[in-house]
Amino acid sequence: MSGPDSLRPAPPASADEAVVEVRDAHYAIDGRAIFAGLNVRVRRGLITAVMGPSGTGKTTLLRLITGQLFADRGEVSVFGRDIATLSRKEIYAARRRMGMLFQNGALLTDISVFDNVAFPVRENTDLPESVIRKLVLTKLEAVGLRGAAELMPAELSGGMARRVALARAIVMDPEVLLYDEPFVGLDPISLGVILRLIKQMNQALGITSIVVSHDVQELATIADQSYLLSAGRVVASGTPQELARSDSETVRQFMTGSEEGPVRFHYPAPDYASQLLGADEG
Amino acid sequence: MSNGTQHGPLLEGLRKTGATGIFFFRLLRACVPALARPRLIIAQVYNAGARSLIIIMLSGLFTGMVLGLQGYSLLERFGSEEALGTAAALSLLKELGPVLTALLFAGRAGTALTSEIGLMKATDQLTAMEMMAVDPMRHVAAPRFLGGLIAMPLLAAIFNIIGLYGAQLIGVQLMGIDRGTFWSQMQGAVGLRDVVQGIVKSLVFGAVLSLIAVNEGYQAPPTAEGVGLATTRTVVASSVLTLLLDYVLTAAFL
Repeated sequence: MSGPDSLRPAPPASADEAVVEVRDAHYAIDGRAIFAGLNVRVRRGLITAVMGPSGTGKTTLLRLITGQLFADRGEVSVFGRDIATLSRKEIYAARRRMGMLFQNGALLTDISVFDNVAFPVRENTDLPESVIRKLVLTKLEAVGLRGAAELMPAELSGGMARRVALARAIVMDPEVLLYDEPFVGLDPISLGVILRLIKQMNQALGITSIVVSHDVQELATIADQSYLLSAGRVVASGTPQELARSDSETVRQFMTGSEEGPVRFHYPAPDYASQLLGADEG
Repeated sequence: MSNGTQHGPLLEGLRKTGATGIFFFRLLRACVPALARPRLIIAQVYNAGARSLIIIMLSGLFTGMVLGLQGYSLLERFGSEEALGTAAALSLLKELGPVLTALLFAGRAGTALTSEIGLMKATDQLTAMEMMAVDPMRHVAAPRFLGGLIAMPLLAAIFNIIGLYGAQLIGVQLMGIDRGTFWSQMQGAVGLRDVVQGIVKSLVFGAVLSLIAVNEGYQAPPTAEGVGLATTRTVVASSVLTLLLDYVLTAAFL
């Protein structure tokens, strides 16, 4: 499928190559199954959306892909190698080929915007400071925040912080970018900017993108391939248009945001009337 | 952690001790590569040390002045006021300097370390480092541990010097003991062994208190309450362990 880990794979012959492949993954936390036979295939050069209601383990999936967690059963392979079989050093080597955008940006709060973006370069390479400076300014320009280089993270708005985090995520020129809920809590303008940037990163730089989110409408405009998770498995996959046409109840409920359907709005509880009437009796 | 309570406090205590032991081992292993980045360590010596200077100096001054007053009134009864310099120097070097510095360190620098690391964890900064192929043990924990270890004996030394000045202020300037007698008696009675004893204590306190502070921050649940509780635990555990270890070390030196 994909070439040896040490070689940067040649893009032309790899149109259908899977960069990340999750096969029959099982994962449980404290005995509660998060994944029970999950299958996801992320193809090189595409934007793959992973959608699902809150609590379906979307973030856990990103942690499995990046080797922060390991599947109890099944296989998670990244760049063609099973991540569970890699040494810590090899996992770090794989992570250098990935970038991740965290939900809250996760910028280092005690250093400036410039130093945040420079951080992975300074830590992982021996490049001279003059080169790092150009590199960082280029990436900040790409997200429109070159002027904010000297600000501290506490001085940024939520949307700006996420753009700085995006600049940091791409500064090492990753092959794969992972976005964890990139649209949460953004105003319409920032949201539009982030959407455009994700698309741009993918088209201009050829970065394979995995976007984990529950914002169906936003994802539909950029995703090439979508997976809908529910109850620990993929319940539907395809292009956003295919999902929209699906006649599965779960898919329809999720795509239309309906309270009624297989995914229950109410957490399991005893009978409402009898609980209210019996309240005084303790 | 969740099923710790159902096993009873003894097993939970054992589990925590074991977890701290493993953390200490990982920390020591991360210290070797961290030494190659002296700038990170110097920044932490500044954080834990220089930023504690004011309270250490003030506390040292008042401790020395109290020693001067109490020591003078006690020694006066035996007509040996001129031994005040010796008494103050030995109390400060062997006991008060290292112990009080450690207690102040726990309250000032220890809490700052725990809450800083706890909040870094809660805001995904440590995970972000992991994702950038940077080991947070090496980049965050080890420099802070080494910074505390280096800062503690330096702070204790400053505490002692200011304390001696305070004792001299009361004994010589206020009570009228002869300046020459004060210093020469001290010089004659205080040996290298006494100084070393204080330094060893400071180094042990520095290692233990920095370990507690970094470990609590690292293990803190990533919530506001979790970080708050971890900070409290740092102060409590540090204070109790300082006094316990002080007894053990004093007994060992005798």
